Amino acid sequence: MGSASVRPSRIQPLRVGAVAYDPKVVTIWEGFKTYFERQGVEMDFVLYSHYDAQVQAHLEAEVDVAWNSPLAWVKTQIETRGACRTLVMRDTDRDLTTKIIVRQSAEIATLADLRGKVVAVGASDSPQATLIPLSLLDEAGISPGQGCRVLYHDVMVGKHGDHVGGEREAAYALAAGKADAACVLDSNYLLFLNEGTLDPDTTRVLATTPPYDHCNFTARGDLPEERTQRFVTALLEMSFQDPLVRTLMEMEGLKRWLPGRTTGYEQLKRAVEKFRFYA
Amino acid sequence: MPNRIPKAQADLGDLALHEGGAMLLRRAIAPLREGDLLEICGGSSELVEQLPAWCRQQGHRYLPLNKGAGFHWIERGASDPPLIRPAQELAETAEPAWGLAPRGATVEAGGPAFSFPLRRKREVWAEELDAIRQQAANNQWSLIRDISWNALPRLAPELEIAVSQAMTFLTENEFAALYIPARFLARIHPHYREVLEVLAFQVTDEARHAEAFTRRAEAGGTGLGTTANSGQLSLHTLLEESEFTTAVFLLCVMGEGTFLTLLQFLEENAPDPVTAALMRYAHRDEARHVAFGVSHLRYVLQREPERRPALAAAVERRSRLLASISGLSPYVHDALVILAGGGLSPEQVREGARRVAVLHREMDRARSERLQALGFSAEEAVRLSAHHTKNFM
Repeated sequence: MGSASVRPSRIQPLRVGAVAYDPKVVTIWEGFKTYFERQGVEMDFVLYSHYDAQVQAHLEAEVDVAWNSPLAWVKTQIETRGACRTLVMRDTDRDLTTKIIVRQSAEIATLADLRGKVVAVGASDSPQATLIPLSLLDEAGISPGQGCRVLYHDVMVGKHGDHVGGEREAAYALAAGKADAACVLDSNYLLFLNEGTLDPDTTRVLATTPPYDHCNFTARGDLPEERTQRFVTALLEMSFQDPLVRTLMEMEGLKRWLPGRTTGYEQLKRAVEKFRFYA
Repeated sequence: MPNRIPKAQADLGDLALHEGGAMLLRRAIAPLREGDLLEICGGSSELVEQLPAWCRQQGHRYLPLNKGAGFHWIERGASDPPLIRPAQELAETAEPAWGLAPRGATVEAGGPAFSFPLRRKREVWAEELDAIRQQAANNQWSLIRDISWNALPRLAPELEIAVSQAMTFLTENEFAALYIPARFLARIHPHYREVLEVLAFQVTDEARHAEAFTRRAEAGGTGLGTTANSGQLSLHTLLEESEFTTAVFLLCVMGEGTFLTLLQFLEENAPDPVTAALMRYAHRDEARHVAFGVSHLRYVLQREPERRPALAAAVERRSRLLASISGLSPYVHDALVILAGGGLSPEQVREGARRVAVLHREMDRARSERLQALGFSAEEAVRLSAHHTKNFM
């Protein structure tokens, strides 16, 4: 054995948690890891099967940083009593809206007209396709469950609606007449029109939620900033023009990383409290 | 945004994004630079619902505008993907990142690196590819359309059995001649598509030959003959060859070259018009395969004459491996004698044996000539030809 055969690492690599909502997650993170190595950032990733496990592991310092869904961010905020911060988010994580779609012919002009109707939503833990739009309904005086019947589409519960399947099922339910309304993310609404899941001639947008934010990289409050500094810089420097990462960025659904912000989670926080989601 | 002036306008008419509006937008945005503004004029009421999400997905910014209904602003974000321009003309080396893009196309950077081990022109190329491809395309034949199966007479049993045995032997060899180019096809970079096309034709030709010869054996009622170990061992060593140029040399120049003489012999000595026609068509195809082999070898040896000894060594290596085989299998030898003599009487057998001996000499002469045409000395050519497998292929 040569003395130089194993090079001991002086710095403990930054451990980043992510949820494996799809096999491509492994491809993405293996690729990102290569990118970070090139940028001189020592990191490793740990994959979890659902967000609750990731939040728990994050709280127990099994990982330093978590790539969180908005709901996982809210949960981390609750559990740490606010002692956490966002580092970075995708350009596509800012200012999302959810559309409530109804049939063109339905006599539904306002949210109040959904009283007594069937509302199709995504997975029970999807911020965009369930919690936020149901909160909007609640604020319009239609209490989910009492004021209207909620038709859940629990595809991959635990993954906080990361999988488009639940929303597609909701759109199918509307198209098939099993529901009077369907709640879908604005970009998925476009996708469903383009792929023919929703017929633009027989459906229309009834309401749109105010804009909200989606995923972010979360660090615990007790993690020194210098531990994450190079990771954050490397992410913000990641370029869509860089052939090494371009495909990975496409898979992860972004054109560039932006600094994290905490202003876009108020609607979800209200929904979590209102529906006692983590009570 | 009072001070900003749009760089361009896009009129979407009354199209929503899912109705084709997105396409018009992409075209309007393409020439703009990052940060430039595009003003959109559109009558569809759905645009206001769709544009913010579309812009977010595409990496652009949707800007609220108080100019009135039907007007929107977009700030161009991420620019187009970086492109690579692979060699438009034939390159000496093809890059893995060009992938499956056709020669002449532009390729987005960052795609997967394909594993095509044969990606140097001098490893695969030949000068006469165009002529060979054209001939291959023009001379495709059909064993349904072009062969008069009704003209097959009822032969004397010994002749029919001899034909079937010859067909069995030919088919074994056709399979080897199919698998070798097929195996290399998948390793050649598509930048050299002319080579792919020639090899693909070769594979198709051999598949058709295998079907035709099997069918001929079965049509006479006696069925297929026997496959000898000696033949299989010989072909096994051929299939083992892992280097393209050496494989082409052994198969197309040495093997198929020898087969040209055999097919001509079988056509001349065929006891029926169907067998004769099949031999004629197969000969025409094999001549093309030999032409590719010779042309490829000439291309390689002109550039790397130092490879000649290695090729000679490959023939000798194969010869040593096959040293335990005494010669052509008796099944095949006897069938050729019966066909050439026309029967089993001592006189017929004497004539048949004489013609088969002539066949061997003719094969040897043609091989030597072909080797000399590739620049081997007369002495070397004679020696190498003598080392060639006694099982022809």
